Amino acid sequence: MRPNPRLYPLLATIAIFFTAYLLCWLQFPFMLSTRVVGNLLTDNAYLGIVAVGMTVVILSGGIDLSVGSVIAFSGVFIAVMLRDTGLHPIIVFALLLVVTTAFGAVMGAIIHGLAMPAFIVTLAGMFLARGAAYMLTIDSVPIDHAFFEALQDSHWRMPGGGRFTLIGALMLLAIAGGALVAHRTRFGASVFAIGGGPDTARLMGVEVGRTTIGIYAFSGLMAGLSGIVFAIYTGSGYPLATVGTELTAIAAVVIGGTLLTGGAGYVVGTLFGVLTMGLIQTYIVFDGTLSSWWTKIVIGVLLLCFILLQKSLLRIATPVRASSEG
Amino acid sequence: MLLTIRDLSKSFPGTKALDSVDFDLAAGEVHALLGENGAGKSTLIKCLTGAYRRDEGDIRLDGEPISPGSTAEAQSLGIGTVYQEVNLLDNLTVAKNLTFGREPRRFGLIDGRAQRAEARRMLEGYGLDIDVGRDLGSYSVAIRQIVAIARAVELSGKILILDEPTASLDAAETRMLFDVVRGLRDRGLGIVFVSHFLDQVFELTDRVTVLRNGAKIVTEKTAELDRVALIRHMLGRELEEVEAEQGADHTRSEARRTVVDFKGYGRDGLVDPFDLTVREGEVIGLAGLLGSGRTETAELMFGIRAAQRGEAKVDGEPVSLTSPREAIAAGFGFAPEERKTDGIVADLSVRENIILALQARRGWAKPVPRAEQARLAETYIKRLDIRTSDAEKAVGELSGGNQQKVVLARWLAMNPRFLILDEPTRGVDVGAHAEILRLIGEITEGGMSVLVISSELDELVAASDRIIVVRDRAHVAELSGVEITSGAIVTAIAAPDAGKVA
Amino acid sequence: MTRALRRCLPQILTLLALVALVSIFFPQFLAISFENGRLTGPVVDIVKRGAPVALLAIGMTLVIATRGIDLSVGTVMAISGAVAAWTLAAGWGVFPAVLLAIVAGLTCGLWNGCLVAYVGIQPIVATLILMTSGRGIAQLITEGRILTFSDPAFAWIGSGTVAGVPVPALLWLVTGIAVAFIMRRTALGLLVEAIGINRSASTVAGINARVLLIAVYAASGFCAALAGIVATADIRGADANNAGLWLELDAILAVVIGGNSLLGGRFSVAASILGALIIQTVDTGILLAGFPSEYNLVIKAGLVLVILLVQSPNLSQHWHWLRMEIRRQREPKPIGSRDTR
Repeated sequence: MRPNPRLYPLLATIAIFFTAYLLCWLQFPFMLSTRVVGNLLTDNAYLGIVAVGMTVVILSGGIDLSVGSVIAFSGVFIAVMLRDTGLHPIIVFALLLVVTTAFGAVMGAIIHGLAMPAFIVTLAGMFLARGAAYMLTIDSVPIDHAFFEALQDSHWRMPGGGRFTLIGALMLLAIAGGALVAHRTRFGASVFAIGGGPDTARLMGVEVGRTTIGIYAFSGLMAGLSGIVFAIYTGSGYPLATVGTELTAIAAVVIGGTLLTGGAGYVVGTLFGVLTMGLIQTYIVFDGTLSSWWTKIVIGVLLLCFILLQKSLLRIATPVRASSEG
Repeated sequence: MLLTIRDLSKSFPGTKALDSVDFDLAAGEVHALLGENGAGKSTLIKCLTGAYRRDEGDIRLDGEPISPGSTAEAQSLGIGTVYQEVNLLDNLTVAKNLTFGREPRRFGLIDGRAQRAEARRMLEGYGLDIDVGRDLGSYSVAIRQIVAIARAVELSGKILILDEPTASLDAAETRMLFDVVRGLRDRGLGIVFVSHFLDQVFELTDRVTVLRNGAKIVTEKTAELDRVALIRHMLGRELEEVEAEQGADHTRSEARRTVVDFKGYGRDGLVDPFDLTVREGEVIGLAGLLGSGRTETAELMFGIRAAQRGEAKVDGEPVSLTSPREAIAAGFGFAPEERKTDGIVADLSVRENIILALQARRGWAKPVPRAEQARLAETYIKRLDIRTSDAEKAVGELSGGNQQKVVLARWLAMNPRFLILDEPTRGVDVGAHAEILRLIGEITEGGMSVLVISSELDELVAASDRIIVVRDRAHVAELSGVEITSGAIVTAIAAPDAGKVA
Repeated sequence: MTRALRRCLPQILTLLALVALVSIFFPQFLAISFENGRLTGPVVDIVKRGAPVALLAIGMTLVIATRGIDLSVGTVMAISGAVAAWTLAAGWGVFPAVLLAIVAGLTCGLWNGCLVAYVGIQPIVATLILMTSGRGIAQLITEGRILTFSDPAFAWIGSGTVAGVPVPALLWLVTGIAVAFIMRRTALGLLVEAIGINRSASTVAGINARVLLIAVYAASGFCAALAGIVATADIRGADANNAGLWLELDAILAVVIGGNSLLGGRFSVAASILGALIIQTVDTGILLAGFPSEYNLVIKAGLVLVILLVQSPNLSQHWHWLRMEIRRQREPKPIGSRDTR
């Protein structure tokens, strides 16, 4: 059976990842150890989680530039709340997720209500979230809490000595959860429908306004969760953290095979997009002679290739006019 | 009667789209709704599907008055619609499209297996053997149409409106679609069939209603109607009357010098190769029904779509016409049918719109001097009687007829040798209508050649020196001199083998 | 001229209001003194520090007028800065350094323009590619270090003065006037607006949209190169990591504050420059007025929101709808023929 052409970008992503891993392994056999795999998951956990939200946004044909700032805000919020109030981290987490979800929902409402491009609305959101983080503190605030340390340290030791950490697991959970939301719920179906064409979606009965709000709220929720993971990962909150993460997340989503114009893609592809980017970095660290800027260039080249691939797939998929009889 | 519509009226600013129209639909009938663009077909359909709210009139379904306010409401009442273009989502699978909004769920999650089973059940009886798990976009247009029909029937179940469903289907696909439609008719659905392919209307439908300029012209049994009469209803005013008043001198063209000469010009799937000689100061009419290839002919001539075969000569010299720029350089001009999307640049002023093509030809470095711009704007506002408070008003704020005149002015300012006008009088009020016709006469006096595409036969008859008839993407007849009568045109459009051009 | 003035009036008034506001908290705000052959004072500081964003905004205005966007300008700044520093470090002199930096910027712009005009990629995506990879290219040139130089002639571009006026300020002033002049004295401005409003109709009218698009992105690359030169000359070194970082967003913001629609069409270079100055005034003003600089971003966000409200196509519709509803409720019998689309 011929695979669905829509799967091609996803298959390409997965193929690229495993080919790259194979090449790395041939050069550095240690790359296949559970340590490397564990670190790959842990180091990219926050990126993976925020990219899940970004995937849903991009599937709907939108974009969310605010997520990097929201992650930074989350870290600062957690650190300051734990420092200044006696609240338990779990309660702080819950509060934070409520705040970031509401923040996303408001952006979604503005995008729909004012019919303005998501780009500029979330740009304002980016400024606002970063500004709010600054208002809480301008310094890096260390997080000092027994529960937090427990979170940081919780892991499962894999055979071979690698650590499968809690935050790595959280990322995989987020991917699984995001995949269910995107591919197995009516909300997800509406997201794809809006990405395919808002007018048609409306004709098919999608409540575009409510769905748009839901999409950006989901992205806000994921950004908040990513913020929590990032805080656990770094053990501090810093308002200047994760500058530009939104673009890394967008790149991961596109390399993961999701169409930037919306309407086609898979959440699981995003996982491979994130891991591919992580792999490039790991390789450069292993190599030791290569400089870190090659990461950016390789990612840029990958981006270009995927965009061109999708462009040509679209051209193939677009049905030609009915053939002439003459 | 399943559906009865009485005295339905709907106005938009400047136009009366529907003027107390009556329409009936019986269960188990296929009822064709015919008319050219702007006749009111789509307004009628939109009033039925809840996209528009009617101004006046009465719609009854099964004897109950209804007033759908949205597509969803119309659907729940039993009225489903399948449009030619915007239908379903190509980026979703067939199964997702079919079950959209009513997906079978288990534990709150969509059950993919049940979804596909449900989709296969919905497609039963449509003679389709397809994998419902694949993207809709990977299937042919015909299959997509049938999937859309299946969804519409499932959701509504009483009335199915098919809006130009066959516009991009080939013969075999059309047959497949018709089998489906007949099956649904036999199941007792009332089907409204909108199409501009008369063969299909005669093949498929039981009754025909013709609309023109927002009014119902006639409703008759298809079997009791002949093609000529039907085309008359669609295109003409009372034809005898027109023929009596036509006074154009159709004999002057023969002696003139040839300006443009197309030989075997064509593009696969767009327009079959045709020959056309354009002489100086001549008005050529292009007649044909909507979708027959008349606009496509113009697009080919103007380089919007590149020709694949044949050659074009201007003054005997071969020219390449692969882009509008080249066509303009060859002295062509083109006022397109879709004024809003291809004609005006809405936010620019009247003045800027008028000089736009001129400026594009001169190149960016040589701006048309402001005084010259003002003079041109002034001249054409006066000459074409463009109703605007001043030349600096944005064109988007003018009425349709005045926008059309601005586009005309843009080309007249270029002083082209060959001007193509696609439906120049569409959506234009009566006064402006006459002025545009007078203007065509006036500019050809000065030696300019004009090709007019129009669905109003009397207009073509009155204005043209020669008429080309287009049908099924081919030029099928050429009429000149005394042959030019509405009757002859109608016959050429109707009869499959009327005087084919050599 | 009066028309141009009226177009910029909201921006001028905003700027004046800001100046007044800052002056309340910091009375010496408008004070300008002449020391050591150069003008000094908060206002002089603003026009100098605002130079990179003002320069970027000039190019960005043209791109946005065609319904596009250029996310790569910050990165292009880094690239051209790196090229200039590398050339200086190689001892080739000031003139080749400036020239090569500009060539680098133009090349980047051409690349973006070709992706948009020929390959047909949406502008935001096309320029994202260079935005992500370009910084790597810049680092490749500087080999990851901050490439410093000590060429006083080049440094003059960043910190020198002419008749007391800082060179960066002159640079944006001259570039802005030149671009505005070219756009309005030739037909370029009209043609650019035409393709931004309706590309299809413009093509039918014979406008060569592809060439114009490429030219516009090239112009944006050129402006970014100038901004990169200024930034590099100012710190006497090329910092591939941080040069122009996030300035593309400030540039877009400046264009939007300048009242130019993100949906393309009518544009005003002068208004965009005023927008850049407004941003810089907020920036500097907050510091001078003694507020923590944290407020800066929040104020920017507020500005964007206000502009969104003003520009929203829906809002006027909502107003219209509201008025219709009120009228309908007043009238005893509904006779409305509202187009519910």
